[in-house]
Amino acid sequence: MEKINQENLNAQSTSSKTLEEVRSMIKAHKRNDLIFASVGFVVITLILLTLLTLFIDLVIDGYPKITYDFFTSFPSRRAANAGIFSAWVGSSLVLLITFLSAVPLGVASGIYLEEYAPKNWFSDLIEVNVSNLAGVPSIIYGLLALGLFVYGLKLGHTIVTAGLTLGLLMLPIVIVSTREAIRSIPIAIREAAYAVGATKWQVVLHHVVQYSFGGILTGVIIGMARAIGETAPVITIGALTFIAFLPPPPISLSYPFISFEWLQSSFTVLPIQMFNWLSRPDHAFHINAAATGAVIIVLTLIMNGTAIWLRYKIRKNIKW
Amino acid sequence: MAQNNLGIKAEAKDLNFYYANGTQALKNVSLPVHENKITALIGPSGCGKSTFLRCFNRMHDLYPGNRYEGQILLYPDNTNVLSKGVDPIEVRMRISMVFQKPNPFPKSIYENVAYGLRVRGEKSKVKIDEKVEEALKGASLWNEVKTRLNDLAFNLSGGQQQRLCIARALATDPEIMLFDEPTSALDPIATVNIEELMSTLKNKLSILVVTHNMQQAARISDYTAYMYLGEMIEFDATDKIFTNPSKKETEDYITGKFG
Repeated sequence: MEKINQENLNAQSTSSKTLEEVRSMIKAHKRNDLIFASVGFVVITLILLTLLTLFIDLVIDGYPKITYDFFTSFPSRRAANAGIFSAWVGSSLVLLITFLSAVPLGVASGIYLEEYAPKNWFSDLIEVNVSNLAGVPSIIYGLLALGLFVYGLKLGHTIVTAGLTLGLLMLPIVIVSTREAIRSIPIAIREAAYAVGATKWQVVLHHVVQYSFGGILTGVIIGMARAIGETAPVITIGALTFIAFLPPPPISLSYPFISFEWLQSSFTVLPIQMFNWLSRPDHAFHINAAATGAVIIVLTLIMNGTAIWLRYKIRKNIKW
Repeated sequence: MAQNNLGIKAEAKDLNFYYANGTQALKNVSLPVHENKITALIGPSGCGKSTFLRCFNRMHDLYPGNRYEGQILLYPDNTNVLSKGVDPIEVRMRISMVFQKPNPFPKSIYENVAYGLRVRGEKSKVKIDEKVEEALKGASLWNEVKTRLNDLAFNLSGGQQQRLCIARALATDPEIMLFDEPTSALDPIATVNIEELMSTLKNKLSILVVTHNMQQAARISDYTAYMYLGEMIEFDATDKIFTNPSKKETEDYITGKFG
């Protein structure tokens, strides 16, 4: 055994290690795997525990408040009667505008940048800027929106302003995830489509959009999950903190049946409602705040969970 | 038509090709593609045979900065495939391609074959059905898939996927079919199937095939071209190339002294 090994090693002539030495070397190298895996495990556990502690703390504090009434009551001067009805309706409507503004723009920009834009210094500049935008503090978006939407376009402190502001915030996330999703389509599939005589538009429509749909959707949902918790920009553009009415309904039973008045309604959203309650001295309101926090976290979890599930579901039919 | 074009489907004349980074990948390459024959391109890796093949359907146009010089004439209409005035999409509608690795779309078997027709704006379900069946039969895949046309193409085996890609390329009645090492990702049995298929297909169209495998070139092709470092070293009937090549380099390559 030793002899054969020695012969093999001699044949290679670069290594003069004995079998024993090789074995102990492998052992030493494998120790690094173990060290890294242990450190990684400890770190990830700490992160998860922190998150879990926060969440459990909110749930424990807010639990007595999380009832059916909490979701169907307007805010009130008396903590016990106060609820988040106007806040969750406001959040939903704002998110609707965010979705409608950011998704078409973001997906179209991503497709353009990836498929059509010539690759030169200008497209590089755009690329750097889009990535940067994703990292800009959200209050900056709030200030921009205050100048642009509230005063510039005179949209006021309304749902449409908030929706567009969060849309701006979400736009880079959608663009980046669209581009990532498109890039993951193998060149071979594109070439196959071009080789049968498809035009660029046909390739985009029949292949690129369809195969990157899962990735784009994931990006959209993650962007929305971020938008739902955003507070700073919404405060900046002047969301109200106490709203005891709902925006006018978009659909009515009498002519003309559809109304867009709700766009121009004042509003509040969940994180602002929570912020407002937190800043009150009365401890009873802090319970309401905790309950609202728990609701926001659960909503975020549901959205991210949906994103993962959808990605899995859609990717199942695509293997490359 | 001119007399000298008889039996020739296409012809590359003094073709030079430059990649975007300035590398000249093809140097004065000329080659006739005989009608209803299989022409094989052989040569060591990096000799430019795939680059040459991809000139025929202007695949290089997909990437900016690539440049062609010279001509590839398509007969009988004398269209210069490489001319700026000729739309690469028109070229690809006449000259189809099968790639090295099977690359079906993540769609159903039926949709894969029908795609070329859809791109051409064919709306009639009856006509598409007919063409899909004809193409799948032409690619000898029909009997294996006729009961599950709506299954995903990825559920087929590698060899079946490659025959599906051939059916996809066949469905639009191309004049020439380009094969870029079509069997290099397949097992020996699937390879035999594809080779037999190619020999049948040449009754309908002209074939240009790049292969790494010299035995394959000898088995299936009527003409063989040996390329080295971007140049066409020798082109002749396959029998002649493999038994009595006129160039020393060709002989060295096919006898395995080199490459």
